[in-house]
Amino acid sequence: MAEEMAAPGGRPVLEAQGIVKIFGQHRALDGVDFTAHAGEVHALLGENGAGKSTLIKILTGAYQPDEGELRLDGTPIQLRNPLHGQSFGIGTVYQEVNLLPNRSVAENLFLGRQPTRFGLVDRAGIVRRARELLARYGLDIDVRAELSEFSVAVQQIVAIARAVELSGKVLVLDEPTASLDRNEVERLFDVVRGLRADGLAIIFITHFLDQVFALADRVTILRNGTRVATQPLAALNTTDVVRMMLGKDMAFEHHPSALAGGPRGAVRVEFKGIGRKGMPPFDLAIHEGEVVGVAGLLGSGRTEVARLMFGVDAAEGGEVRVDGEAVSVRNPAQAVAAGFGFCPEDRKLDGIFGDLSVRENIIIALQAKLGWFRALNHEDQIELAGRYAEALDIRAASHDMPVKLLSGGNQQKVILARWLAIDPTFLILDEPTRGIDVGAHAEIVRTINRLREEGLALFVISSELDEVVAYSNRVVVMRDREMVAELEGDAIAPEAIVEAIAGTTREARA
Amino acid sequence: MNRSLRPLLATALIFLFAYLMAVGQHPGMLSTRVVGNFLTDNAFLGIAAVGMTFVILSGGIDLSVGAVIGFTTVLIAVLIMWVGLHPLAAFAVALAVAALFGAVMGAAIHYLRVPSFIVTLAGMFLARGGASVLSPDSIGIEHDFYTAVSRSYILMPGGGRLTVIGMIMLAVFALAILLAHRTRFGSNIYALGGSETSAALMGVPVARTTIAIYALSSALAGLAGVVFSLYTSAGYSLNALGVELDAIAAVVIGGTLLTGGYGFVAGTFIGVMLQGLVQTYIVFDGTLSSWWTKIVVGVLLFMFIVLQRLVFRAGPRRT
Amino acid sequence: MTRPTIDLRPTTQPPYPRARPIHAFFTRPQVIALIAVLLVNWMLFPGFFTITWQDGRLFGSLIDVLNRGAPVAILAIGMTAVIATKGVDLSVGAVMAISGAVAATLVSSGVSAPVAVAAALGAGLLCGLWNGILVTVLDIQPIIATLVLMVAGRGLAQLVTEGSIVTFSDPVLVFIGTGSILGLPTPVVIALLLMIAATLAVRRTALGLLIEAVGVNRSAARFAGLSAGALLLIVYTFAGFCAAVAGLIVAGDIRGADANNAGLWLELDAILAVVIGGTSLLGGRFSIPMAVLGAIIIQAMNTGILISGFSPEFNLVVKSAVIIVILVLQSPLSARMFRGRSGGNSGKAK
Repeated sequence: MAEEMAAPGGRPVLEAQGIVKIFGQHRALDGVDFTAHAGEVHALLGENGAGKSTLIKILTGAYQPDEGELRLDGTPIQLRNPLHGQSFGIGTVYQEVNLLPNRSVAENLFLGRQPTRFGLVDRAGIVRRARELLARYGLDIDVRAELSEFSVAVQQIVAIARAVELSGKVLVLDEPTASLDRNEVERLFDVVRGLRADGLAIIFITHFLDQVFALADRVTILRNGTRVATQPLAALNTTDVVRMMLGKDMAFEHHPSALAGGPRGAVRVEFKGIGRKGMPPFDLAIHEGEVVGVAGLLGSGRTEVARLMFGVDAAEGGEVRVDGEAVSVRNPAQAVAAGFGFCPEDRKLDGIFGDLSVRENIIIALQAKLGWFRALNHEDQIELAGRYAEALDIRAASHDMPVKLLSGGNQQKVILARWLAIDPTFLILDEPTRGIDVGAHAEIVRTINRLREEGLALFVISSELDEVVAYSNRVVVMRDREMVAELEGDAIAPEAIVEAIAGTTREARA
Repeated sequence: MNRSLRPLLATALIFLFAYLMAVGQHPGMLSTRVVGNFLTDNAFLGIAAVGMTFVILSGGIDLSVGAVIGFTTVLIAVLIMWVGLHPLAAFAVALAVAALFGAVMGAAIHYLRVPSFIVTLAGMFLARGGASVLSPDSIGIEHDFYTAVSRSYILMPGGGRLTVIGMIMLAVFALAILLAHRTRFGSNIYALGGSETSAALMGVPVARTTIAIYALSSALAGLAGVVFSLYTSAGYSLNALGVELDAIAAVVIGGTLLTGGYGFVAGTFIGVMLQGLVQTYIVFDGTLSSWWTKIVVGVLLFMFIVLQRLVFRAGPRRT
Repeated sequence: MTRPTIDLRPTTQPPYPRARPIHAFFTRPQVIALIAVLLVNWMLFPGFFTITWQDGRLFGSLIDVLNRGAPVAILAIGMTAVIATKGVDLSVGAVMAISGAVAATLVSSGVSAPVAVAAALGAGLLCGLWNGILVTVLDIQPIIATLVLMVAGRGLAQLVTEGSIVTFSDPVLVFIGTGSILGLPTPVVIALLLMIAATLAVRRTALGLLIEAVGVNRSAARFAGLSAGALLLIVYTFAGFCAAVAGLIVAGDIRGADANNAGLWLELDAILAVVIGGTSLLGGRFSIPMAVLGAIIIQAMNTGILISGFSPEFNLVVKSAVIIVILVLQSPLSARMFRGRSGGNSGKAK
């Protein structure tokens, strides 16, 4: 391990100043400052789209900033790529372990710098040195075995060992605990604490607040591409952190009273005992003309619920009723047949057909529902696309242009239009405003309200509390893959939601 | 047990079982004579399959090897019979040309970001076409060196002959095993096959390694061409037609995962021998026709693809 | 209870292009390439465009190009749909051999020609179905799944013919390979009809759009409620059927089934034809007529090389040059230079 002295005052090691990163018209980072000190664990928090991963990519060299400066030990540096960053001493461990699952542990530790004897790799030497190295991390495993045979926790520690060996100044841990159980997390934390004592600057990204409090010394919170705060954790409690992550400020406009206790239609869709491995069963009934908002941090199980509802992941047991009649929703095709629509969180991967035209993207779900032989003719397609493009104000030079050329907001509206075209009974929207500029943002919120007024049942997941408050009749709060609270009517207030989200994490600390 | 060993073990067991069955029916097959012929007759396939193993381990495929073998035999024949070079000089030229050819394909695969099967398909057309442009007709090679080589062999106990080309193949396998498992280049090949993104993040020189892999594959195809030339004493543009398929089959039957990352050069050796065994058995049997070879190889290929599917089910889904 | 509907009538018509004007067809790179190749052929052989009427059918080099190009064109029709789904079918050449072997063996053993033809087509369908099952049910990569039949298929064909070249003189089969309908060679008519039928089948139904959707983004297709499995099965089965048709033509042409050489390497020509036709190997937009045009371009080049006195193997060099040019044109490097693709849609960069 590098000969680092633990600086008692914690001298700054890696500094970022005024970082700006622009993608197209979207400012992913807008003048962010960030400093990692020697001998500290610095947590970086923020919801999806806050700019967290963009900042990390800049700190590790995967992206280059459009403005601003990086300094390492006081010297300005420009990183060309992660490898270059590594050579400066900045090592990264990703959630998806970026090692080679098909090679032995020892080889993963020494790839690229294997000791050789007579031109041949000294395998015994590698094994011996790998064993020694891992022993320092309290790991006693068969280093000759394939990496994929070990648990993710072990793989993470191997990745950390490699990163520290190669770099040794800054260690970036990007969601390292996402797939670990409690004991494994503890084990990993022990390793990280050891490295902190050795004087490494550790940047820790996670969405588990209790882990932040358990491990980190300071926290930087990002929101919408700007820094909200950098503070020592000792001075904060969970509610403060959640509030900073979710709210611009707490002077929210109040819950529109029109929604509170407004007339509710009949039950439109009802989920009973829907669940699967790793996702406890839930019950939920959504009425016509009702928006059920879902609040909860990333990883709380929000998206998993949506996927179960739409049959993306088949539920094990339970039943689904639409207008009182039982329907089978074992896959998305059945969900569409039942009149469900789903705007997924990852638009690019699961939503749009980039090379297909705007028109085709709009009519595709209806066409899939109609089947192969009842093709919508060209005129019908043009009419449908025109109608929904108009209704949702989709701005495209032509409906025959590939949808990938549209802005994020317009793409989101195209997917919304796709579902409106099937005349749905129930719509699921997962982070509908993510990665969308402010103007389009407001429009989507208005559209959700309008759809509710027209009698649709909606299930909307969002990290934007003010947004959830603005359109929800009811808010379901999720934590640790369970629906832990349900707020209705006047109870729907940002502060109440924050408290509900923070709930256990605070208890856990007490 | 290391799961990548399972297909290899399966291959070895199948080979052993098949050989015992064959010997049970035709005791004559248990002799060094047969083994010697095994090695000699399959030498060019074995050498080409070694190159294919590296390519497949890295996650690619090389459809040009048969064509490169054909081209090399013609080039060698032309250099010896028309230009008057000594065979050894001709071999050196042919190997250099083949390696360069592969390097260019590797560069195209890496820099143009095209699937390897398309680039090597173009390479296949080019090599076959180039060979027939050199000479559309078969050229016989008459040279003292060729006669000398064909007369030298090591007599094994039992009367079997270990010929020069058989020895070349064995040497290639031995060196390839070292290269795969005991060099940084070998590690880098496996790394590419495991995950190109991770490999790049871990400092594997992706461009250089890709180019080297295809250069090596073509160079080995060139060497297979040299062996083929020694074996048949002729150069013909349509030599070794379809050998790429046999080579791919040998690699897969030998336990290497077709999507890359897992496998052993030694497995390919068993894969080649298993194909040879099927052929020899058919010859010994006399009543079966040669097309059964293709069917059996196809069935084996299918079995191993399904086996790998089961063993490696937990592999990464999204690329 | 009323179903919710968004019911805002548009006040303006959205802009959309009218049907493509005729001159746009002639500015497509494929058409320009074909015209260029034909002109070169004409310069090499001034009688190239001469077409004569003799014994109730057309004769001439141009007709010959179409006739000889027909098998690859037919393979390309099936291959286009496969490639559009981001797949590939390496087994079509071997399936041709199987189909020819089945037909030839049956007629020479006294079975009536229609039955033999039906059996051959059935064999092709089965082969295609097999590939489709490997790709969908076992979820094996297409290139690997179809490799199995590519390796074993010729062996199966030889199993059928028992290793010999089965010759026949059945008039129906010979007619399929060498006859003429309304003055045009039968293979050309078959290819034309198949092209029209396939194009109508994908464009008059929603099949085409759904295939493209699966090819562009399989995950999004699933989220949109599309079941890709059935589509893939159809596509691979159809490719097998097309291969069987091509196999019948080749067998009829030589009046025999040659399990070793029938359709040898034609899978590669078919892939090349599809790629020349503008369908990306990465799936998505496809055009069956353009793939057929690609097949004709390939054949026109072959013919040109023959009449200019080069050995036929020189074709291979030219083909590889064509692949290289296309690869360079399609590479990310040149994509930055020419925005937008000529594949099928009229998308314009902003």
